[in-house]
Amino acid sequence: MRSPDLLRHAWAVASKDLLVEFRSRTAIVSVAVFVVLVFVVFQFGHDPTAVSNFDLAPSILWVTFTFAAILALNRAFQLELENQALEGLLLAPIGRGSIYLGKLIANLAFVATIELIGLPLLALFFNVPVLPFLGPLAATIALATVGFVAVGTLFSAMTVRTRFAELLLPVLLLPFMILPLWWAVLATGRLLASRPLSEVAGWLNMLAVYDVVFVTIALLLFPATVNE
Amino acid sequence: MRMLRVGRWITGIALLLLVGVYIRALVFTPVERLQGLAQKIYYLHVPAAIWTETAIVLVGLASAFYLFLKDPRLDRFAAASAEVGIVFAGVVLTTGPIWGKPIWGTWWTWDARLTSMLFLFLLYVGYLLLRSAVGDPATRARYAAVLGICGMCLVPFIHFSVYLFPTLHPMPIMMKPSPPSMPGSMVVTSLFSVGVFTLLYVGFVVQRYALSYLGEQLEASGEGGSGKGDG
Repeated sequence: MRSPDLLRHAWAVASKDLLVEFRSRTAIVSVAVFVVLVFVVFQFGHDPTAVSNFDLAPSILWVTFTFAAILALNRAFQLELENQALEGLLLAPIGRGSIYLGKLIANLAFVATIELIGLPLLALFFNVPVLPFLGPLAATIALATVGFVAVGTLFSAMTVRTRFAELLLPVLLLPFMILPLWWAVLATGRLLASRPLSEVAGWLNMLAVYDVVFVTIALLLFPATVNE
Repeated sequence: MRMLRVGRWITGIALLLLVGVYIRALVFTPVERLQGLAQKIYYLHVPAAIWTETAIVLVGLASAFYLFLKDPRLDRFAAASAEVGIVFAGVVLTTGPIWGKPIWGTWWTWDARLTSMLFLFLLYVGYLLLRSAVGDPATRARYAAVLGICGMCLVPFIHFSVYLFPTLHPMPIMMKPSPPSMPGSMVVTSLFSVGVFTLLYVGFVVQRYALSYLGEQLEASGEGGSGKGDG
């Protein structure tokens, strides 16, 4: 298939998902509320006089994003189970790669929206100045998100049709999420401490390598998860 | 079944040889000056770690070939290798703390190497859970293959991250570009032990493979009832 077709079809799949979400807005509102609640749980889950909010901020940010992303990923293929929509999607004259890319784009848009809501709230609730390093921080968040959403989209295509789907996805996905999460937390911590950019370049490189490797693998393996 | 018997024999011989490894380690190998007797656990810990990592790579390779060839034997092998891998990961994760307590003064530390072994263990758990959560054998094999390949691709990241972080864990003293930094008798014992663990791995995998084959036969003949054939 020509690559413009691949992207055009992927966009069609993604815009379908995003349109469904935009019409109802249930999932995004629920996940946004979830993010706020996790922040609140973190606030009351530690003693602010023992560990300052500032020191904990990178962990709070990434743990919250991780859990929110898992919730979002569970939903991606759940949509397609109703009325056997997935069969319809598979019958469409488009490549499997396009379906995967479409789902990936929709999930990324979804998770990015949550992160757009979460980051200012983190700054507000935990009094963390994020504006001075918004650029590098956004790059870190973007690189880490692409990596784990790529793996998560692939896995959710499988787990959705298993027993205990909601439970199995995090169990499978978390070992894959921990490494990018770890690098992202280290990078975020350095950024918030106003360390020079050169100190985080290594983590960002690792995240970029992870992204390239896992997006490629997921793209290649996705057909095996849907072909009968 | 012949294969099952062969597997049992190999495992039996390997277990006997393991006793041999420990006789050699305790009687014919010098006691390490700083660590004392605690170092003896090395002969169990390191070979098990080597085979934990190798097993996951073999799971990944078998999975990749399965997706091309659709040969159920490859899937059966991958499942067997994963089960043996998780046992070896368990050995590493138990012997490590036993050594760590007297030497480091703590059972566990969030060191890159310990963490990476824990990762492998969790990967194996996920792989086996996914297998148990899918009923249809063909779907199960495909899904497991996808996860197996992803797991294999994660291993270099895990392994690489080890060398990026400051660590408490001893660096490899045998498997490194320069000559081993320990006396010849220790090297011999270690290599002997790696050989024994190779045999153990083969023995376990052959047995597990034969059991899944028998289970599948039983399921196919309808005698298995609700039995999943996990032996």
